[in-house]
Amino acid sequence: MNKVENPAAKTGGTELEVGRDSAPIGDVAPGDEHGPDDIATGVRGYLIGFVLAVGLTAVSFYLANSTLVWAPSIPIALSVLAIAQMGVHLVFFLHITSGSDNINNVMALAFGLLIVMLLVFGSLWIMTHLKHQTMPMDKMMQMQR
Amino acid sequence: MSAASPALPPGSGGGGRHGRGAHGRGGTGHLAAGLTAEGAQSATKRIVVAYGFWIFLISDIIIFAALFASYAVLTDSTAGGPRGRDLFDLKLVAIETGCLLASTLCCGFAGLGANARRNGLYYSSMAATFVLGAIFLGIEVHEFVSMIEAGAGPSRSAFLSAFFALIGCHGLHVTAGMLWLLTMVAQVYAKGYRDDILRRLLCFSLFWHTLDIIWVGLFSLVYLVGVAP
Repeated sequence: MNKVENPAAKTGGTELEVGRDSAPIGDVAPGDEHGPDDIATGVRGYLIGFVLAVGLTAVSFYLANSTLVWAPSIPIALSVLAIAQMGVHLVFFLHITSGSDNINNVMALAFGLLIVMLLVFGSLWIMTHLKHQTMPMDKMMQMQR
Repeated sequence: MSAASPALPPGSGGGGRHGRGAHGRGGTGHLAAGLTAEGAQSATKRIVVAYGFWIFLISDIIIFAALFASYAVLTDSTAGGPRGRDLFDLKLVAIETGCLLASTLCCGFAGLGANARRNGLYYSSMAATFVLGAIFLGIEVHEFVSMIEAGAGPSRSAFLSAFFALIGCHGLHVTAGMLWLLTMVAQVYAKGYRDDILRRLLCFSLFWHTLDIIWVGLFSLVYLVGVAP
């Protein structure tokens, strides 16, 4: 078992993987942008994100008080718009992408989202169920008499 | 070492591998400006620091999710008191949202300015970020005070307790972010664009952008859904 000097060779399975791992840096810090460093490109990215975010916000505010959408579905429409806008913020402001240099950042976020979903939907599910099953207070008082 | 052995025999050597690697990645210009050359070391530190802070931010998001879950459960528990649509003023919420969106944009510009060592862009963007954040906070404090004066304070009903906890927690985060912003301005002024200062600045901008993401959820699912028919 002689020592292998190349760190890439230790981890790599196929030739292609070896090639990718031997690149100087395989990850990008969350928030850092992958691409050319000049200011104009960066400003353009932020401006695109800003325009998209403002547009989605405007649509949300418009929908909340309009009759354009069937009223009971408005909360769902607003949730969808909110999730879309969060996606815009993640991509254009936090520079979280689907690239291979972002896998760690995306995985951490995915785990966080799993916990968020469990917390929110779990709480709502259990509490509405409990409310459904619990006897109203006035009936309870009657029975205790 | 059996996994490694198939990779070694092809005999193309280290050089070939490096060439392929560089080609496959299509250039590695993803470092912040100024972190080149001996940058491998400091860039690694940059990634580690920002990743750790990213994990903190995700746990912060989970805290907000817990507060939001309790709010969502308690929206109808108004104890005969005012509901959301009696209290929320969408015009103010729209101004608050605009301020936070614009301040996030300015915060991004400040990061670009710092990475390019442009004093003018950095300081003016940070100042704009601070002023917009202050306007946001001012409106929020005004909203809270007028609600409490109208008898709709956090002790009025379970709905209002959850509301003040959720929105107040975000407001406290913004306050902390503004103090951090002033600290970063002072640190850049006193110490210059050193690598450690730039790392802190990266963490700060992550924090500020994340606060904006949380606000997107709050204005949509608390204010707009609360007012919707």
